[in-house]
Amino acid sequence: MAEIARTSPLAGRFVGRPHVTVAPAPPATRLAVRAPATSRGALARALKVDLFDGRQIRTVGPRMSLPLGPDEWLVIDEEGADLAAICRDVDALHSAVDVSHRNVGILVSGIAAEAVLNAGCPRDLSLAAFPVGRAARTILGKVEIVLVRTQPQAFRVEVWRSFSDYAFSLLEEATRDPGF
Amino acid sequence: MTGAYRIAGAGRLMPGRAVPFSFDGRAMQGVEGDTLASALIANGVHLVGRSFKYHRPRGFLSAGAEEPNALVEIRRDATGRRTPNVRATQQEIYDGLEAVSQNRWPSLSFDVGAVNDLMSPFFPAGFYYKTFMWPRWAWKHLYEPNIRAAAGLGKAPKEPDPDRYGARFAHCDVLVVGGGAAGLAAALAAAESGASVILADEQAEFGGALRYETGASIDGQAGWPWAKATVARLAAMKNVRLLTRATAFGYYAQNMVAMAERVTDHLAAPHSDLPRERLWQVRARRVVLATGAIERHMVFKGNDRPGVMLASAGRTFFSHYGAAVGRRVGVYTSSDSGWQAALDFKRAGIHVAAIVDPRPEPPADLVEAAKAVGIEVLLGHEVIDTSGRLRVASMSVRPIKGGRERSIVVDALLTSAGWTPSLHLFSQSRGRVEYVPEKRNFLPSKHAQDCVSVGACNGTENLEATLAEAFAAGEHASLKAAKPVARPEKVSGESWSGGAAGAAGHVGKKAFIDFQNDVTAKDIRQAVREGMRSIEHVKRFTTNGMATDQGKTSNLHGLAIAAEMLGKPIPEVGLTTFRAPYTPVSFGTIVGHAKGPLFDPTRRTAMHAAAVAAGAVFEDVGQWKRAWYFPRKGEDMHAAVDRECLTVRKAAGIFDASTLGKIEVVGPDAAAFMELLYTNPWQKLEPGRCRYGIMLREDGFIYDDGVVGRLAADRFHVTTTTGGAARVMNHMEDYLQTEFPHLKVWLSSISEQWAVIAVQGPKSRDILAPLVEGIDISDSAMPHMSVREGSILGVPTRLFRMSFTGERGFEVNVPADFGQAVWEAIAAEGAKHGAVPYGTEAMHVLRAEKGYIIVGQETDGTVTPDDAGLSWAIGKAKTDFVGIGGLKRPDLVGKGRKQLVGLRTRDPKIVLEEGAQIVADPKQQVPMTMIGHVTSSYWSANCNRSIALALVTDGRAKMGQTLYVPMPKRVIEVEVTGTVFIDEKGERLNG
Amino acid sequence: MLLIRCPWCEEDLPELEFRHAGEAHIARPTNLASIPDADFEKFFFIRSNPKGIVFERWRHVHGCARFFNAVRDTVSDRFVTTYKAGEARPVLPAVGDTGPAAHGNVEPKKLNVRKPAARGNGK
Repeated sequence: MAEIARTSPLAGRFVGRPHVTVAPAPPATRLAVRAPATSRGALARALKVDLFDGRQIRTVGPRMSLPLGPDEWLVIDEEGADLAAICRDVDALHSAVDVSHRNVGILVSGIAAEAVLNAGCPRDLSLAAFPVGRAARTILGKVEIVLVRTQPQAFRVEVWRSFSDYAFSLLEEATRDPGF
Repeated sequence: MTGAYRIAGAGRLMPGRAVPFSFDGRAMQGVEGDTLASALIANGVHLVGRSFKYHRPRGFLSAGAEEPNALVEIRRDATGRRTPNVRATQQEIYDGLEAVSQNRWPSLSFDVGAVNDLMSPFFPAGFYYKTFMWPRWAWKHLYEPNIRAAAGLGKAPKEPDPDRYGARFAHCDVLVVGGGAAGLAAALAAAESGASVILADEQAEFGGALRYETGASIDGQAGWPWAKATVARLAAMKNVRLLTRATAFGYYAQNMVAMAERVTDHLAAPHSDLPRERLWQVRARRVVLATGAIERHMVFKGNDRPGVMLASAGRTFFSHYGAAVGRRVGVYTSSDSGWQAALDFKRAGIHVAAIVDPRPEPPADLVEAAKAVGIEVLLGHEVIDTSGRLRVASMSVRPIKGGRERSIVVDALLTSAGWTPSLHLFSQSRGRVEYVPEKRNFLPSKHAQDCVSVGACNGTENLEATLAEAFAAGEHASLKAAKPVARPEKVSGESWSGGAAGAAGHVGKKAFIDFQNDVTAKDIRQAVREGMRSIEHVKRFTTNGMATDQGKTSNLHGLAIAAEMLGKPIPEVGLTTFRAPYTPVSFGTIVGHAKGPLFDPTRRTAMHAAAVAAGAVFEDVGQWKRAWYFPRKGEDMHAAVDRECLTVRKAAGIFDASTLGKIEVVGPDAAAFMELLYTNPWQKLEPGRCRYGIMLREDGFIYDDGVVGRLAADRFHVTTTTGGAARVMNHMEDYLQTEFPHLKVWLSSISEQWAVIAVQGPKSRDILAPLVEGIDISDSAMPHMSVREGSILGVPTRLFRMSFTGERGFEVNVPADFGQAVWEAIAAEGAKHGAVPYGTEAMHVLRAEKGYIIVGQETDGTVTPDDAGLSWAIGKAKTDFVGIGGLKRPDLVGKGRKQLVGLRTRDPKIVLEEGAQIVADPKQQVPMTMIGHVTSSYWSANCNRSIALALVTDGRAKMGQTLYVPMPKRVIEVEVTGTVFIDEKGERLNG
Repeated sequence: MLLIRCPWCEEDLPELEFRHAGEAHIARPTNLASIPDADFEKFFFIRSNPKGIVFERWRHVHGCARFFNAVRDTVSDRFVTTYKAGEARPVLPAVGDTGPAAHGNVEPKKLNVRKPAARGNGK
């Protein structure tokens, strides 16, 4: 049987402007991890990426862990590793749920990236308040997103699949004149 | 030629850059940088509008945002780009600008409505309240329609607004509102201390009063060049954002200031990418208010004639725009500012007819300066009237103590009664304002937020003191270690003191306080005479300060007159509340990006494109687009739904169930948690099996339902209703975090992880069998209500054997990105067996034929499981679950509950209306005793008759009885039945 | 829009990320199935809704997703303090109805220097 490829709801979408680019992130696998502090070590060893108890992400190769709450992480693997399978053998108390297809990634980069996001995100996104490596669940317009600053002028937005059209369209509209 | 009143060499505009525009169809030319007001004045035009109530001719009062008179309509094109009530003093002209006057018919110079002015003795204050009281019938049929037709200033466009609007959240250390001398100095000091600064001003250029204050000198530099140089320094700093044409209109909690930036209103051909306006929501750690002050006009009879304006306006039009407001200018002032204006005009060679000042002894240096240049000075005098039809032609002057009246010819009259500090934003911030008698003004007192007022808005009355306090505030406002900033050493400027609120001397009848709402001094006095004591009552009785300008020039006057009448000090009469917005804000700005497709998210499932290709008609279910039915050529909805329903029961149907909420419940205490959140027992449910679960609120009423599959001892796959997805997750998290935090279990939303393809009907297994891998889907291996993990078409699946149709059925869950491909493959396989896709309408009919409820349709938040016939789903041995206490409430267990039943109409062709009320006796008197209502009603092709579900009082005891559904034109007879209309024994689940 | 301090994130964050969740410190009886109707009424229906200081539940729903409790003054709409769900009612600091909000650290009066005007008061 021919293998079925993933179909992104943002297939074909791209905004390239001199001051900012908005593009769908390549397909990735994702894992929603919940665990008490005592289990973090075992999970981190299995996942080969630290589950940091703070606000900063940890990145090892194609794999990134994003702290979202006191016992909650989103792990993203850009090379498509089966993250749920990795955790299946971890005995330590935890919950690992495959959410690879729940989210869509959107990459926003450029000198106006911060301003474009601030069209709908009420958080202070200055480098001082939201430094490189910071991750947070927050709001973009009328939908919830997870926001990560990957570079001083580059962000990754993770948004639920059916909200991705809205999120992308809002960002696209904001790029027209972000007033940066 | 850019106007006969343009003075060569005056002003700061570039005379070479002519800009054509039109006013009421008359073509004129202005200069780049002109406002509509300055361009019209340069062209000698002063008549620009008619007042609201009396339709009196009106000209410009001011040169800024406080303008009450010069409101025009700007028409950009034939679409919705038409804006009423634009202040001509703020609208910049562009090539081809088309402005039209308002509130006049048939023309501005001849206006039929002006008859109101002659009738004005009959329209005293409170006129509306008194006149339209009787007769009673007349309000609805006569008064209200006519008042409505006459009411409202300007006409709102009927077409949709085609422009885009932007929005920005911004954060800074210091927000400085107002870019005059104080704002510039504060911004500079803060920025040089290292703070991130936003400086906003509502005008096109920074500078504020330095645009006209000719007496200003800062370290040897005149005011305007200093402002320009300071702006250039700020612009070069990376930590500073400069916003012009940005009006801070609202000051909210915790230093959030909302600003409307006008981005394109001054451009002839704005790029289509530009938003017309942008809403800034700025959160500042500190706010510096440098909002300045607004000059008050003198109150005297005829003070509203075109050509009578504020001294500061006359100076601004002249010094900044190079436009003279007249050739024979009179000055009537009780403040020093009027004197400065006279001196400016005289120095420029414009004839100043006289300075009239009610004060017997204004500052001696001003009097000397005026006399020295040959201006006639009339101290202790007042202006008692003016003449001129569409423009002022003369003023009548006499000594206050009495004496001979004298007429002086003027074509413009500048007035100044002193300055009112702009406390709007400070007051909105909940700061307390206090009357300071020696300044005769309200000033900022106790601050409620971290903000500071500097300069004229703080009652400071000269440039030197303003700059000193602004630099101090700027340095202090920076949170960084305050670095002393180089300050100017030698500052001198004009005095802004003097003046008085209220009416000086004897005012006649038409001495206007509030120009926009035509409120006179007499009206205020009358209000007090008729018993109004609080200024809030005076305001409402007279409408003083209630127009679009919110009384920026009139409030203090009104207050002073009322206080005088009452014989009370001003603070005891009170000050009306300052409310946002400072100036009117367009709906577009408030809406921002949220219009059209961005008004609300539109959610589409992974199979949306396939449904479109199959010709689906969609319905909105919350934010979701769901395939409603799939009409074939020539089919209407009825025919399509009938065919879909029949095909599902005959062969099979394929349905997109992706929108259902899904929650993965994981952890060693997962079953214990499920026991608490659902009425059902879960501990003994074996992995691989499913159960229909009911969730209650604590009050015992049904909150949600859905099929739950147990994937492993510690893992449940919970489904919720489409509409309940988010709130059920919140409800479960709430209990888990706050009531049962000891449980070792976690919840993850997987609603969007899985696309769900329901395959229902006798052929469902045959369709799926060749596609599924690693799962035995035979009845014995995979009975009804079971779940298996495996793969389909090479991708992982959670395959549920379940049914919402009463037929043999499966729900294929696949990761969402594979949904469309899997749907297409199943549809292709299904076609071989005669299966069709079906939509939500057929889904509703099919489940109603089986009596399956839909939460939110059969239930409305007051239905218990027993009411819905679902008491079998309550774990009888359980000692606790959410709702267990509520279910035991006397009202919920007593007789007389409405219970779910089926209804069959006696005439099988009649389909009842959902929501219709049910009665036992149709012949009783109206209002009838209603014993229930129809919750679901459809035409069932499978039954070849109509079917309905209803909630009826003690319904289960009424089986076989005849009840009645009274409708407007007939009474429909129905028989109470069970809720299952097809296959009562449930054999088709395995058929 | 308010800034609300999430006791889990230990940050002041925009109100848009939060959701109100009713009165705090109403313990769910463990024996709900057997309590008298009057007790159920008290637990489920009766709320204090005072003017002034309220103890209420919030959820940082679009953030860390945790529930927490807040003390808020309904007159000034000012948050007095926030604390994690499950923690005891805090001892309240003295609450004034005015004074700088979240970030105040300088007496505003000291910033509002009013110097005498250079010239006379006119009339």
